[in-house]
Amino acid sequence: MTNKFISVEGIARRYPKPGGGKTTIFEDLWFSMNKGEFSCIIGHSGCGKTTVLNNLAGLELPEDGVAVVDGQAIEGPSLDRAVIFQSHALLPWRSVLGNVAYAVSSRWRDWSREQVNAHAMKFIEKVGLKGSEHKKPAELSGGMKQRVGIARALSIEPKILLMDEPFSALDALTRGALQEEVRRILLETGQTAFMITHDVDEAIFLADRIVLMTNGPEAMIAEIVENPLPRDRRRIDIHKSADYYPVRNHLMDFLVSRSKTFKDEIPAGYDKRHPPVVRPCAEPPSTPGETRRKVA
Amino acid sequence: MLASLNARAALLSLVIFFGFLLAWHIGVQGTKAVADMDPEYARLMGVTATQGKSAMPGPLDVGAQIWKHLNEPFYDRGPNDKGIGIQLAYSLGRVLLGYFLAVMLALPLGFLIGMSPLMSRAFDPFIQVMKPISPLAWMPLALYTIKDSNISAIFVIFICSVWPMLINTAFGVSAVRKEWLNVARTLEVPPLRKAFTIILPAAAPTIVTGMRISIGIAWLVIVAAEMLVGGTGIGYFVWNEWNNLSITNVIVAILVIGLMGMILDQTLAAVGRKLTYPE
Ligand SMILES: Nc1ncnc2c1ncn2[C@@H]1O[C@H](COP(=O)(O)OP(=O)(O)OP(=O)(O)O)[C@@H](O)[C@H]1O
Ligand SMILES: [Mg+2]
Repeated sequence: MTNKFISVEGIARRYPKPGGGKTTIFEDLWFSMNKGEFSCIIGHSGCGKTTVLNNLAGLELPEDGVAVVDGQAIEGPSLDRAVIFQSHALLPWRSVLGNVAYAVSSRWRDWSREQVNAHAMKFIEKVGLKGSEHKKPAELSGGMKQRVGIARALSIEPKILLMDEPFSALDALTRGALQEEVRRILLETGQTAFMITHDVDEAIFLADRIVLMTNGPEAMIAEIVENPLPRDRRRIDIHKSADYYPVRNHLMDFLVSRSKTFKDEIPAGYDKRHPPVVRPCAEPPSTPGETRRKVA
Repeated sequence: MLASLNARAALLSLVIFFGFLLAWHIGVQGTKAVADMDPEYARLMGVTATQGKSAMPGPLDVGAQIWKHLNEPFYDRGPNDKGIGIQLAYSLGRVLLGYFLAVMLALPLGFLIGMSPLMSRAFDPFIQVMKPISPLAWMPLALYTIKDSNISAIFVIFICSVWPMLINTAFGVSAVRKEWLNVARTLEVPPLRKAFTIILPAAAPTIVTGMRISIGIAWLVIVAAEMLVGGTGIGYFVWNEWNNLSITNVIVAILVIGLMGMILDQTLAAVGRKLTYPE
C-alpha cells in the first residue's frame, strides 16, 4: 500500500484467445496518483488504456490486483468518479439538457426539477452548447456530443474525473478552449483527473504527470513523466517554455520507438511496482548534457 | 409534374380504386333479359336466371348496404340480428381485453427474461414450443376448462398475442447498449429507476414492434375464433350472413374487418414512431 490518493496495484486483464488460451492485455500493472493531480496516460491504440480507466471507474474489476482510491479498494462504480466515455455514451432519446439533467438528478436525488435544470444548464454553457440544449444527440456533431459528455461528467462535481480521449473529435479552436475550461475547473475545485490521450501537446498542457504505457499485448508502465512546465502555464505559450521541447521530445521518442522496444530492453533496476519517474527539462547549467534527470 | 409524390400516389390510388369498382360492376352485370322464357318459370327462377344477372352483388349493392349500416350501426333485434357496429364492438372488446392481459404478462416477464441469461435459457424451450401453436388449437381446451365461450375467445386472443410481445421485449431488453447501462452504473442509478429510465426507453421501439405484430395477429384470430364459438362479434356476423346467403353483408363485413385492423395497426405504428430514437 502506498499513501497515494489513487493507486493501481498489480492489476491484470486477460481475454480468451479465439483458438484457446489467453491473451494478456496487461498484468502486474502498478502506478499511483496524488490528490488534486492531473495524470494523463499515453500509449498506442489497443494497449489497454480504456481497460485501465474502466478499472478505475469500477466498471470492470481487475482479474488480479486491486485499484485503491482513498484507502478503499474499488468494488464498483461510484458517483465520486465521473467517466467521460470514449464513445460519448449519450442517451439518444434524451435531449442535451436531458442527458446532463439525468446525471445531475442522479447525484442530487432530492433536488427539484428547476434546480436540476439550472445546474445542468450551467455546465452546458461552460462547454459552449447553450442554444443547443433541446437538441437530441443525433442532431449533434461528434464534437458537440463529446462536449455533452464532458458537461455531464463535470456537472456531478465528482472527486475524480476519468476521461477517455475527451477532446479527440474537436476542432483545434474548440479543443483549446475546452482544455482551458476543464483545467480551470479542475484547479478551482481541486478535483483529481485521469485522462487518456493520443495528443502529446494536450498531455503537456493539462497533465502534472504522464504515464507511459508500452504496446500490448502484455503492456507495461514504462515510466512516469513529471511535467516540468510551471503550474500556471497558459496553453498558447507552453511552447515558449524552455522545458517544452525536452518533454515533448521525450514523449514523442517514447511513442515513436521506445513503446515498441521497451519490453526487449528493460533498463537495469526497473521495478514494476515503482515505475521510474523522470522529469525531462532544459539542460540545467550545472549538469550539462543531462536532459533526463531522475527524481525518484 | 410539379405535384408531390404523395399527391401523385393518392391520385393513382383513386384511379386504381375506381378502376376496380368499374371492373367489379361490369363483371357482375347480367347479359340482356332472356326473352323467350316462360314468364311463370322466369318468376320462379328470379333475376339470376332470367337476366343472366350474377349472384355476386355489385359495388352499388354493397354501397347501398354500407349506407344502411352506417345509418343504423347499433340496432339490436335479437341474437341473430344486431347492427354491425355492435358486432364490431364485441370483437374489439375481446381483442383489447385479451391483448391487455397479454401485455400485463409479456412485458414484466420479457423484462425478466431479457435481464437474466439464466431465465432466458430456462424459458427458451417453452417459448419455442408454444409460439408455433395455432391459437385456435387452444380453443377446445379452453372451452373445456373455462366452459364459457366468451372467456375462451379472450383466452385465445391472450395466448396468440403474448408470444411476439414476450420475445420482442426480452430481445429489446437484452440488447440495450452496454454503454448506456454503464452510464447508469457510474451514476449509481438504483435498479428500478434504471429499468424505467434506461432499459425501457432503449428497448421501447423493439417492444412496440412486438406489440404491433401481436395486435395484428389478435385481429386475425378473433374473426376465426368468433366463427367457432358463435354468439356475437364480427366473425360471427360474417358466418351468420353466409348462412343467410347475404353475400353483400359478408363483403361489407370484410371491409369493416380490414379497416379496423388497419386502425389498430396504425395506432401502434404511431406509438412506435413516437418512441423511436435516431442514433
Ligand atoms: N471483449 C474483448 N475481447 C477480446 N479482446 C478485447 C475485448 N475488449 C478489448 N479487448 C482487447 O483489449 C485491448 C485493450 O483494449 P482497450 O480498449 O483498453 O485499448 P485502448 O488502449 O483504449 O485503445 P484505443 O486507444 O484505441 O482506445 C485491445 O487490444 C483489445 O483488442
Ligand atoms: Mg480506448
